Amino acid sequence: MSFILRHLLGTESLSRDELAFLLDQSRAFQGIQKQPLKKLATLRGKSVVLAFFETSTRTRISFGTAAARLGADTMNLQAESSSTQKGESLSDTVRTLEAMKPDVIVIRHAASGAPHFIAERLGIPVVNAGDGLHEHPTQGLLDALTISDRLGRLDNLNFTIVGDIRHSRVARSNIHVLSKFGCRTTLCGPAMWLPPEMSCIAPNVRIEPRLEEALRDAHIVMVLRVQTERLREPALPADEYIRLYQMTPARLALARPDAVLMHPGPMIRGLEIDPAVADSPQSAVLEQVTNGVAVRMAVLYLLAGGAPSAGASPAGSAAD
Amino acid sequence: MLLVHNGRVVDPARNFDGPADVLLEDGKIARVGPKLDAPGAERFDASGLVVAPGFIDLHCHLREPGNEPAETIESGTRAAARGGFTAVCCMPNTQPVNDNASVTRFILDRAAATASVRVWPIGAASKGSQGEGLAEIAAMKDAGIVAVTDDGKPIATAKLLRHVMEYARPLDLPVIEHSEDLSLFSGAVMREGATSVRLGLRGMPAATEAICVARDVQICALTGARLHVAHMSAKDSLDLVRDAKRRGLPVTCEVTPHHFTLTDEDVVYDSRYKMNPPLASRADREALLSGLADGSVDAIATDHAPHTLASKDVEFDRAPFGVTGFETALALALEALVHPGRAPLARLVELFTSGPARVLGRKRTIAAGEPADLTLFSTDHQWTFRAAESASKSRNTPFDGREFRGAPMATIVAGRLAWRREK
Repeated sequence: MSFILRHLLGTESLSRDELAFLLDQSRAFQGIQKQPLKKLATLRGKSVVLAFFETSTRTRISFGTAAARLGADTMNLQAESSSTQKGESLSDTVRTLEAMKPDVIVIRHAASGAPHFIAERLGIPVVNAGDGLHEHPTQGLLDALTISDRLGRLDNLNFTIVGDIRHSRVARSNIHVLSKFGCRTTLCGPAMWLPPEMSCIAPNVRIEPRLEEALRDAHIVMVLRVQTERLREPALPADEYIRLYQMTPARLALARPDAVLMHPGPMIRGLEIDPAVADSPQSAVLEQVTNGVAVRMAVLYLLAGGAPSAGASPAGSAAD
Repeated sequence: MLLVHNGRVVDPARNFDGPADVLLEDGKIARVGPKLDAPGAERFDASGLVVAPGFIDLHCHLREPGNEPAETIESGTRAAARGGFTAVCCMPNTQPVNDNASVTRFILDRAAATASVRVWPIGAASKGSQGEGLAEIAAMKDAGIVAVTDDGKPIATAKLLRHVMEYARPLDLPVIEHSEDLSLFSGAVMREGATSVRLGLRGMPAATEAICVARDVQICALTGARLHVAHMSAKDSLDLVRDAKRRGLPVTCEVTPHHFTLTDEDVVYDSRYKMNPPLASRADREALLSGLADGSVDAIATDHAPHTLASKDVEFDRAPFGVTGFETALALALEALVHPGRAPLARLVELFTSGPARVLGRKRTIAAGEPADLTLFSTDHQWTFRAAESASKSRNTPFDGREFRGAPMATIVAGRLAWRREK
């Protein structure tokens, strides 16, 4: 299976075969992360714009690392220093960036759909690094890669997400990826963060307000970050959240014994997650981070390097 | 003198639908009847066309004064004429706000100098539409306003609404409400539902509108003043209006073509689908169509809301609310109501003529002595709407490129052709 990836705007529009292809491509880059010399020359001479209109540390560094390991140059735009502060429109800002002739633009933006907006206006590939409350497709892919590493498969798993689903682009991208592989998703969290319509966004998604029920038989337990600013709108006492939803060893024990515990980070120990769970052998949190670089290398390689020739292993070519 | 002959006159106010000629003279309708003889009169052959009373749009934004790059009274009324409208009611949220007689007079003066159709200004209910003190409503009434509203937002509090309605009642002005409970959500850009959740766009539930309509109806009952609910989008709001009408309260309402044509499921990351109230659910759309057909809805109004490309060509979250609407209104109404057999043609004509006239306490009919305003349209002319060819200065419409059957063919205002379609 091979297909031409023009942009990576979300996982909803990708088929199972396309997702499987992206994951295969990512596996080819996983090995690089373990080598002492991690730099390839695959994208030497290419440049990647990292346009982060919303502050980010982890995702920006992960994309930057991925670009660097492929030999590409990166150009950084950060919200605080950008011309958007001076009143320039998004359309003009990205056209200006495009005029510097980069090969790919990676965008994070607080407005849902901003990557789609610029993809329609630019002639270069666009990667969505998180748009508003909508999607974060590389996170969905890196989570799927991590699950498949841990459990040896992606098909027909029970996937439970706990927390602020309403405002989570990570949840949406994960639901779209895993539902394509026939997984059954269970969503659990306080009602104001869990709109009933979430169960309609993909097949096999259900809502279960009781955490104990939601965890039963889960192969994967994903704990979402509680953004403390969200605790204020509407007021939800942090102690209430901890009491009802914090992932503790006792609660995790309700899932399958080999269940994988995931968190997209940044993690607040003692709020949504008990430190003992965060550090348990079931936790795959750091593997998620490592796999993030591999997935982003694969995505940048496919978008900036063009379509792969059949059978060629990009990771096996020209180590620098 | 202008003789409109060979047409099919549809005049819901007189319950008339049949072949008739109409003779216009000195800005008035002189005679109506079969095979009129009028030596020396200019003739307009209306063969194959419907001859209707002049269409009235209860709800539009002409942007002048203050936002002339988006629209002017000249460009907006030219677009209105192309849509078959002979009179348009312009909302007061200009810059400055139309909250005093000098702004009202400015609008009417500009209309006299530049407009293609009649302009009937609507005044602000509160000073600056800020929701605090009353605007100079009586002075504006003398200057020519036909209603009051704080459109763009609801009249801020129940207490203020009560004062406005008590004040408007002896002036015989309807109070038009943009019914929206702003405290129910924050930062919403579309209707809450499966689509908003999937797209990650913040939504407002249907109750946002219905809560405010319920309040407005209660104040109407308390004061006895006429309440008109603008751009109604939700089934629950319609049920409240139906119930109020059943109780004999002076409540009327309007629905826009985009709300009876599209739903929230049509929304994509394209600000041409962003308006307020937002596109509603399929069930709401069905209810609105039923209300339009059965008479619960009094008028089709466009809520023509032009915005410059620069202001609209931004992220969905940041774009202003609103779409243009004059030139597609009739064709969309034919598409939704008449072609599928949901409502007879006379009902559609009523929604554009005697319906909105009644909201304003006027009549609209084709009879001797009435103003010589006529809308001539075809029910089967095939055409494609091109936003780039619109007379409006703005292009923010979700209907660009849509193919239609049926179109306005000529608009006659005060006995003169304001516009006619070129073949």
